[in-house]
Amino acid sequence: MRIKDHPILDFERNEKITFTYNGQSIEAYANESIAAALHASGIRVFGHGVKLHQPRGLFCAIGNCSSCFMTVDGVPNVRICTTYPEEGMVVEEQVGRGVAWSD
Amino acid sequence: MLISTGIPSKEDIEKIMPPAERLSKGSVVMIECFQEIACNPCVAACKFGAITMEKDMNSLPEVDFDKCTGCNVCLFKCPGLAIFIIDQTFSDEFSLVKIPFEYRPLPKVGQYACGLDREGKERGWFKVNRVTSGGKRNMTYMISLEVPHDLSMEIRNIQEGAYRDA
Amino acid sequence: MINPGINNAEILIIGGGPAGLCAAKAAAELGAHVIICERDRFLGGQLVKQTHKFFGSEKQSAGKRGIWIGENLTKEIEENENIVVLKNAAVVGYYEDGVVGVMQNNTFIKIKPEKTIIATGAAEKFLVFPGNSLPGVYGAGAVQTLMNVSGVKPANRVLMVGSGNIGLIVAYQLKQAGVEIAAVVEAAPQVGGFLVHASKIRRGGIPVLTRHTIVKAYGKDQVEGAVICKLDETGNPIPGTEQDIECDVICLAVGLTPLTEICAQAECDLKYIKELSGHVPIVDENLQTTTNGVYVAGDITGVEEASSAMVEGRLAGYAAAESLNYGLEKAPALKEEAREELRELRAGPMGLTILKGMEKLNAEGGHVHANLNRYSE
Repeated sequence: MRIKDHPILDFERNEKITFTYNGQSIEAYANESIAAALHASGIRVFGHGVKLHQPRGLFCAIGNCSSCFMTVDGVPNVRICTTYPEEGMVVEEQVGRGVAWSD
Repeated sequence: MLISTGIPSKEDIEKIMPPAERLSKGSVVMIECFQEIACNPCVAACKFGAITMEKDMNSLPEVDFDKCTGCNVCLFKCPGLAIFIIDQTFSDEFSLVKIPFEYRPLPKVGQYACGLDREGKERGWFKVNRVTSGGKRNMTYMISLEVPHDLSMEIRNIQEGAYRDA
Repeated sequence: MINPGINNAEILIIGGGPAGLCAAKAAAELGAHVIICERDRFLGGQLVKQTHKFFGSEKQSAGKRGIWIGENLTKEIEENENIVVLKNAAVVGYYEDGVVGVMQNNTFIKIKPEKTIIATGAAEKFLVFPGNSLPGVYGAGAVQTLMNVSGVKPANRVLMVGSGNIGLIVAYQLKQAGVEIAAVVEAAPQVGGFLVHASKIRRGGIPVLTRHTIVKAYGKDQVEGAVICKLDETGNPIPGTEQDIECDVICLAVGLTPLTEICAQAECDLKYIKELSGHVPIVDENLQTTTNGVYVAGDITGVEEASSAMVEGRLAGYAAAESLNYGLEKAPALKEEAREELRELRAGPMGLTILKGMEKLNAEGGHVHANLNRYSE
């Protein structure tokens, strides 16, 4: 859900972008991080722990921690809290620690 | 206790309350700031020199109630939203209580808003007399509420969105 | 401007938050040439989400909202001819030869600065309790980013853990965003942050529960609720006082800790000082670390308010420029003015902890002016 009427802030929502999350189409605005756009669509489980496979979401949202790692356009370990969506971007839940070359 | 609940006690309030004689003369400030923190915009805001600090910006604000004109300027400047203006001369029945407000939606003049006390408890419905903007960058609003005299030292907030027309 | 080889720089500032920006402005004011590296795509650091009015005095822009302070600073920096701003530029290493490695948009840049000011800020601390890894257990700053930067409603109902200024302010800002706050819980017997913040949320109907803690978070795949309980005078849970709290987000506002990784790479001596919230570099009265030419400013020197971070930035910026022979006539007075502002900001009861930490740091070889204030015994 997005905030509409705010006492201090005015959110510019001009450019609309569509990217995919695990194949599902997600609408986002250009000034939102991938994490924020997923959150706005009600998605907040971003992955599962490597060892215990427990669900994981974001924690710091400013690029300090590694809680929101996902695979973006084939690149693993991307902090989606500080990565911004682009048209047609493919965002997927990461399985395992991620590999550098998958060919 | 204020330090463990955020609710100022009766004794806290008595310390900063304008004298009855001054209250009987009209609009006057109540600075509900009880902790020495590094902050002094209220001092600079008062062009009448009514607000001073003894040592430095860590001291508590002190009000010279005879100099205070109840002009509202400090209410908009206080970063802690701790300044209120009380006018017990508004009418026979009602005082005007002016409250800093930063929520949405805003009430409309003439509507009745649900008034809250310092504990956030609902204390009745009070007519909104004025809604004043602090300006484009300040963005704090001042809500002037018509409050029965006996509640003028109690009501310090309104419940955002709890408005009705009569 | 930036070339593939080694880029020489007079002053490199790492971090474009309040401290870094004020350092850049101060150094440039004395005539020095500055490069700022900011890992995000905008300057301002955490100022971009501070919708509340700042405390302090006029000198620190008190009464103005943090976002506007950030906006004004950013504008001044971007228009300043002595300052080059690199955004999307994360510093990834400080090498033995004094070269700083920067990743900008997948390009590796090498900068060799004469002086470096590290202003990397701080990171949110975590708390141990069952269920703390569930999605929905967020840092208070994260929630602030979601709602105030991205405009996303982060939750329907929140339990706030911690009553320092961040916990109190974020609870208030959540309410401004239309989110319900179940309660603010605080393990200590007293509210940690400014009482005016506590009073403000309390009269908005938000309970502030001191001597309370979170017992656990629960939910299937994400937070569906929490259990809190009362603590006795020794800080132990009182059996039978457990209370179920319905919430979809649990916000942790349990403090910050300085981000000193680059200091460590630059071989600055670091000490663990509890009062300064973690490992901090030993500094002198110019905020220079034990590594010659490496300065620090802001939360990295010990977690404080943004107003102090900005003044520290100014001090480090003037000092670094002066060490390069810029503004030799003006610098001493400007530095002293900044130090005096810091002394005043820390002169109240809320400054006691930080001063105690600075004293400890001085005992380890630091030379900060840890003047004891009138509130100390």
